[in-house]
Amino acid sequence: MKKNDRLEIRIAGFGGQGVVTIGRILGEAFSLYAGKNSVNTQSYGPESRGGACKSEVVVSDGEIHYPNVRKADILVALSQVALDTYLSGLKEGGILLLDPGSVKDVKNQGKYRVYSVPCMELAYELGGVRYQNSVALGALYGLISHMIEESSLLKAISDNVPRNTLEINKEAFKRGMSYDKEKIPKGRE
Amino acid sequence: MIKKKYPKAVNKVSWASCLLKPGRHYLQGNEACIEGALVAGCRVYAGYPITPATEAMEAASRRFPEVGGRFIQMEDEIGSACVLIGASWGGAKALTVTSSPGFSLMQEAISIAIISETPMVIIDIQRPGPGQGYITASQEDVMQARWGHHGEGPIIALAPSSVQEMFEVTIEAFNLSERWRTPVLVMAEETVAHMRESVVIPPLEAIEIINRKKPQDLGISPEAYCPWGHAVVAPMANWGEGYNVNFVGLVHLEDGNVTRYSPEMNRHCIERLQKKIEVDANSTGCLETKFLEDCSHLMVCYGVVSRTAMEAVAEARESRGLKIGYIRLRRLWPFPEKQLRDIVCDVDTVFVPEMNLGMMKHPITEALRDRCRRIVSIPSIGVLHSPDYILSEVYKDI
Repeated sequence: MKKNDRLEIRIAGFGGQGVVTIGRILGEAFSLYAGKNSVNTQSYGPESRGGACKSEVVVSDGEIHYPNVRKADILVALSQVALDTYLSGLKEGGILLLDPGSVKDVKNQGKYRVYSVPCMELAYELGGVRYQNSVALGALYGLISHMIEESSLLKAISDNVPRNTLEINKEAFKRGMSYDKEKIPKGRE
Repeated sequence: MIKKKYPKAVNKVSWASCLLKPGRHYLQGNEACIEGALVAGCRVYAGYPITPATEAMEAASRRFPEVGGRFIQMEDEIGSACVLIGASWGGAKALTVTSSPGFSLMQEAISIAIISETPMVIIDIQRPGPGQGYITASQEDVMQARWGHHGEGPIIALAPSSVQEMFEVTIEAFNLSERWRTPVLVMAEETVAHMRESVVIPPLEAIEIINRKKPQDLGISPEAYCPWGHAVVAPMANWGEGYNVNFVGLVHLEDGNVTRYSPEMNRHCIERLQKKIEVDANSTGCLETKFLEDCSHLMVCYGVVSRTAMEAVAEARESRGLKIGYIRLRRLWPFPEKQLRDIVCDVDTVFVPEMNLGMMKHPITEALRDRCRRIVSIPSIGVLHSPDYILSEVYKDI
């Protein structure tokens, strides 16, 4: 990564899926534990559980001026609506991480590198849909592991999730991370 | 009953240990301004929750009791702003954080705080209007900040552009309010209030904190104390300290007398307020500049929009070799007209991107109309400009 290069990640789903939380964890991990600059913004509307929701993280070694995503390198789509809304904002050749349980219809498949992880299903195995975001974060980590240590993310998770669910969240993160590693799209510098 | 734990609340000696530790933190803008206020010595918060400033109120409700301060949820924004006045005359530094509709309700209190020379800080996390408008980002209150209150009352208004600055500018706001005995406004936007970024907190001893001058500090006895005299910024006596406290909302003489009215006395009172802010407080450090050496065009911006503008300026210079400079107004009011005229002598086009339909374009035009060929507004309503949008507007005209 050159000094002023930006890594732009957009995470989108329904309100209540923990989209904002993983954005915050990711931003904090880069900023406090990986020695980079990061800005985390979130969509803001009157929606709570159920509405469309997104969270963005911009990472750079240099100063970050424009705080939002311009053209995403990675799009994490946890719902069909989220995918339909934000797919056009994904760079050509960018990585689309999706949950096949809730995202069925992907247009222009050839333009993007798709990485499919059943986050919701894995979360159910651990005890509930509320761990879906941690699974997704683990899967996302697989895509950016050349930029950040696993321990940095685990520290940020510890800072941000309730103490009584910490262990399960860490487990969910690991499940997402180790799911189908061979299929992780290659090619980003 | 749940026993509330305020571990260090009563122990005034150790409050410093309850402030955020020096070092790197990852905070939201709304949280950073509360931390800044605490570092500045603010110990009274009164407010009414409103989107998108609610997180600041939540943070205040947690943090103020922890450092031995007071947190009051008032019945509305009118009451909140009045609490600041009372707290300030009681000797405390006081803060409220609100958003545009609430800021409208505070105008009356701001007006009386100006004439009674009451130090206090109001942070306005701007959202679009009029009415309830919406809850996204805007810069539509920048004129209300200056002209919203009735009367010839000058005001200081600052414009932060990052979470780090939400921390720093809040401290600066308290320093200015205490130094000049005046209400100070921090005009932030929803974008920066909800943004999370790292904030580097310096060691406490490295942060300059200014406290108001009191008559006892200057060796003025209660008998000799003249509530509105002694200096351009009169030393402020607080209630309960043995001095004749004179809180007055009418134009007044130096001794606080309001009954011997004359047009001269009226003019003198208003001119003193005007000079205090427009001349004395309008010093250096209001502008941030870049790429001015060779520029033939100019981007003048403020607040969070300046981050997009900077991105666009850097890109235009790099990809098209466009000679465009960058000026950011760190302080909106008093408008840094002289400073602007000092550094800009002859450019072609001045672009002013704003999250409104072109408000600060007016004072900028007044300052630069004989220094450039034309001034172009780049408006955006309800959403932060993207660099591509600014660039397309720039290229359209050049």
